[in-house]
Amino acid sequence: MKIGVLASQGAFIEHIAKLRELGVEAVPVRLPEELEGLDGLIIPGGESTSIGRLMRDYRLTQAIRDKVKDGMPVFGTCAGMILMARKSSDANFESLGLMDITVRRNAFGRQRESFETELDVSVLDEKPFPGVFIRAPLIEKVNGTVEVLARLADGTIVAVRDGKMLALAFHPELTDDPRFHQYFLDMVSGRE
Amino acid sequence: METGTWKVKTGLAQMLKGGVIMDVVNAEHAKIAEDAGACAVMALERVPADIRAAGGVARMADPTVIEAIMKTVSIPVMAKCRIGHFVEAQALEALGVDYIDESEVLTPADESHHVWKHDFKVPFVCGCRNLGEALRRIGEGAAMIRTKGEAGTGNVVEAVRHMRAVMDGIRELVQTPQEELMAKAKEMGAPFEIVVEIHKTGKLPVVNFAAGGVATPADAALMMQLGADGVFVGSGIFKSSNPSVRAQAIVKATTHYNDPKIIAEVSKNLGEAMPGLDMKQIPPEELLAPRGW
Repeated sequence: MKIGVLASQGAFIEHIAKLRELGVEAVPVRLPEELEGLDGLIIPGGESTSIGRLMRDYRLTQAIRDKVKDGMPVFGTCAGMILMARKSSDANFESLGLMDITVRRNAFGRQRESFETELDVSVLDEKPFPGVFIRAPLIEKVNGTVEVLARLADGTIVAVRDGKMLALAFHPELTDDPRFHQYFLDMVSGRE
Repeated sequence: METGTWKVKTGLAQMLKGGVIMDVVNAEHAKIAEDAGACAVMALERVPADIRAAGGVARMADPTVIEAIMKTVSIPVMAKCRIGHFVEAQALEALGVDYIDESEVLTPADESHHVWKHDFKVPFVCGCRNLGEALRRIGEGAAMIRTKGEAGTGNVVEAVRHMRAVMDGIRELVQTPQEELMAKAKEMGAPFEIVVEIHKTGKLPVVNFAAGGVATPADAALMMQLGADGVFVGSGIFKSSNPSVRAQAIVKATTHYNDPKIIAEVSKNLGEAMPGLDMKQIPPEELLAPRGW
């Protein structure tokens, strides 16, 4: 299995390290031709405006849309989730528009409001997942077939899935917990 | 729910990696930087080249300037406090900036001690010239490091010197036998626990950007190939003849730092770079990098 990690900007090395720990081949993707032969794609955290712009300038936006239309599974964390969303309440860049959700950027405030909290996730075992939220977005609205996987104590939606697409408002790649990466790999291989 | 943890402080720096942080002095500059793809901006009253030219005491920027920039862009906003000036740092935290740069570009407030950074919820980035200096700052709570270079010169030579010193220091620690690590820590003036950690992992425990003299896309890619996680560009953008075009080119070169064809392509038609300074032209007492220890 070969998974690509979008490497325009952001925490892509952390995702590559997680995938390699799980015994999977992982490669950085900066140009459209690097999408060939991938079994799945991770869009990491970073600055969504910066990543969005580099994707557009190097023709990745449409190339990723085409691949996903052909069935390539995709997993976005934080900025990655923002880029996957069909709607963002303050977007000033072109998103991929893959998932029928509405997101709000920097929804919890500035860096001093960044936080850690434990999450109960419906599709993982009962052990709580360490949620690391950094200038994080939230999901305001889910539509159609999108399934909610986790919420904060106040009900805020922070993890969703739609078919072969997975999106999180937080950063599993910054933790020692491989369960979300394993969950995505199981989605890719159809083992779930 | 816990805020201000080491994980969220270092984590924000991890999100900035592979990106360019640009010095800006007003909301209009900040917008140009954001539109060009900057991953963060540094809010200042004057860019380092102007600070150098003006002389006198350089202090934290007027909060009005910082707030105007924070309102204009959605990317993280950093701001500088003087070395050891923990009250400027408290004020910046109260304003809600996303990162504080305890910076040698401003005139130091304390020649013996840096800010005790663990007490703040807002993370700090600090400059260094070598691995020992980096580890002292991390020991005090810096959640991100940048090599100092020599700000406001448009000359990358000091940035290269400092990045090589840090990377050589790491390579040396990895090779050092375990029983010699304590002596190494003493010689470097660095916290022993972090020395041991680097010996084991072969990398710094926090993100390390390059700064101080980056003026062209090739300069940025050079720093990335030498091992930087990202770059700060100070005077290099807004002291050039076409800031927007140069800013976009430096962003692209930082992402595609290992692709010479792209570096060549983005280096075309950028207009005049900022005028550079040879280190020999700067009297030793006017150098910024030796500030702090």
